[in-house]
Amino acid sequence: MSIAFEEATVPVVDPSAADGVFSLLWLVIALPLAGAVVLLVGGALGRPGRLLDRWGHYLGVLAAVASFGLSVALFVSLLGRGEEERQIGQHLYTWFQVGGLDVGLDLLYDPLSALFLLLITGVGSLIHLYSVGYMEHDVRRRRFFGYLNLFVAAMLVLVLSANFLGLFLGWEGVGLASYLLIGFWQHKHSAAAASKKAFVINRVGDIGLSLAIALMFATFGTTDFAGISEVAGEASEATLTAIGLLLLLGACGKSAQVPLQAWLLDAMEGPTPVSALIHAATMVTAGVYLVVRANFIFELAPVAQTAVVVVGAVTLLWGAVIGCAKDDIKKALAGSTMSQIGYMMLAAGLGPVGYAFAIFHLLTHGFFKANMFLGAGSVMHGMNDDVDMRHYGALRTAMPVTFATFAMGYLAIIGFPGFSGFWSKDRIIETALADNLVAGLCALAGAGITAFYMTRLMLMTFFGEKRWERDVHPHESPAVMTVPLVALAALSVVGGVLVLGDWIVEWLLPVTGVGEHHEPPLPALAITAIIVAVVAVGVAAAFLLVGRRDVPREAPRNVSFVTRAARADVYGDAFNDTFVVRPAAELVRGLTTADRVGIDGVVEGGAATMGGLSGLLRRVQNGYVRSYALSLLGGVLLVVLALMAVNLA
Amino acid sequence: MNEYVVLSSILFTIGCVGVLTRRNAIVVFMCVELMLNACNLAFVAFARQHGNLDGQIAAFFVMVVAAAEVVIGLAIIMTIFRTRRSASVDDASLLKY
Repeated sequence: MSIAFEEATVPVVDPSAADGVFSLLWLVIALPLAGAVVLLVGGALGRPGRLLDRWGHYLGVLAAVASFGLSVALFVSLLGRGEEERQIGQHLYTWFQVGGLDVGLDLLYDPLSALFLLLITGVGSLIHLYSVGYMEHDVRRRRFFGYLNLFVAAMLVLVLSANFLGLFLGWEGVGLASYLLIGFWQHKHSAAAASKKAFVINRVGDIGLSLAIALMFATFGTTDFAGISEVAGEASEATLTAIGLLLLLGACGKSAQVPLQAWLLDAMEGPTPVSALIHAATMVTAGVYLVVRANFIFELAPVAQTAVVVVGAVTLLWGAVIGCAKDDIKKALAGSTMSQIGYMMLAAGLGPVGYAFAIFHLLTHGFFKANMFLGAGSVMHGMNDDVDMRHYGALRTAMPVTFATFAMGYLAIIGFPGFSGFWSKDRIIETALADNLVAGLCALAGAGITAFYMTRLMLMTFFGEKRWERDVHPHESPAVMTVPLVALAALSVVGGVLVLGDWIVEWLLPVTGVGEHHEPPLPALAITAIIVAVVAVGVAAAFLLVGRRDVPREAPRNVSFVTRAARADVYGDAFNDTFVVRPAAELVRGLTTADRVGIDGVVEGGAATMGGLSGLLRRVQNGYVRSYALSLLGGVLLVVLALMAVNLA
Repeated sequence: MNEYVVLSSILFTIGCVGVLTRRNAIVVFMCVELMLNACNLAFVAFARQHGNLDGQIAAFFVMVVAAAEVVIGLAIIMTIFRTRRSASVDDASLLKY
């Protein structure tokens, strides 16, 4: 480590006003937003709409690429500044002002959001480009690109906002885009159901985030990062812990962490570029961003921080186990995504020593997982949209480019020495071992399982016998799809340079602050050797269990308990069904019965009684004048008698 | 004094029973008149006893109302008789539940 570790400090967010090229910050968001508006609204305009149907997707790509270009320019300018001046704020306008709550639409551009900007717009542009090929024959292509642009804009709002309410705006925006895109093929019942499931589970997390924001406003009187980071130390630890745990709940929902993980596997119903962009590279990492961004809260709430580590450690094993048993290539990758985000969460929970590595792994994961998802999309493209790996096999000759790029992603994710994933995962495990031995061992075991399931995926897809369906003729995808693959593969290989000379640690120092550094139990080199050995064991196990046998075309039935559990997503859905869905359904059924029998009974019974009585009473109205006269006389006599009784009494 | 009130009560009761028992609309009508005049008699008798004119004024009002009532009542009876060929009050019993 080349950084001199002073005593632990929590950095204060103190941005300077935007000038020069930084005054164009808002344009990064505005470009994709404008693209989304034009593509989504313009479709209703008759002739221009038909023009957009034909050419609109290029507009979508252009918006993303322009935003990326601007992000690069901003990043270069930020590099040129001194470390102290790397926080830039831009006030767009006052959003609303109610009593003591003054919320501006403010942007904050600092080293953390700079890296996110590059990831979102960079990977986003490549995936836009890829989608041009992937969605070529879809009749609703214009709408698809509109949604993609909307997602990019919302995600940029999320990472650029300078207060929690703006962040929440982006947070909900990406949730909306995710919902729209998971259910993009809405004619498929499974896709419509998956989008609803994702939306509902995310609401649970959003409750946590909104309560955290409300609590922060009640405690600090502001929702600005700057304001809160300045006075966070004055709040009681119990309050800070509550805020931290609520923020973690929000992060769990968006990042598919245990216990709110169940939606991510179903989210694979969306088009594959969506899985790559939203459900692997960017949106699902928003939870990690939230934890790192709210470091001024978590630093002062050790209990919440420990909870982050626990969530991360549990999820990284949970997702890895799921990944081992899935035959659907996208679901295996989704399990892997959960697991890798678990790594990031774990690192983020370790405090300032881990934040930088969490973000580092987030970036490298964004590269290699987007690469592999797009590769999986390319495979599906050639296999008539079949996702079952048991129908693949021997595709390396049929799709050489896809195979080569996928292999780069594979080597990166298992942590093959020299590839990007090796550097990031190695650093996380090393830090975890030094800080918290149990979490470190979980992460180490996770590395072995990752190696196993990724090797299994690789072997089943690209090696072995041909197990293709009869009328399938695999072919390489067009250049518009392979070029992004090559670019992402290159990034997967060289992404590790960010950590050379601890560049990323120093770069993020103004955001993360300096933490107490523990000495690892073993020398760094020994730990690296152990990790590589564990990975090698995982790869070897996959070769023995999958590579040396024939893969049956039907999934075997008589499997061990562990496999069955993993196929059922470690019973995540069953748990939700038993403990949430069914009790809630029973409650609703009970309430319905109580409403029907109890409340409706009282009301309708009363009405029926009155109806019956008046049915009897109306017989009095018989039309005979003389009977009316008699009752009149009776009434008069009654009144007279009553008067007399009163007078005499 | 007592005699006047007793006569008034007898007349009122006769009218009352007539209204309740007779079917012919004209007779019912005459019984109503009888009741009104029984009241008039009571008014005038009490006015005499108290030595002021209040009761007599009330009697004049009753007469005016009775005259108006006769005009309208006979017209109604005529109309019913024309349409239904009967002056029985029990035959005009269509307005009911």
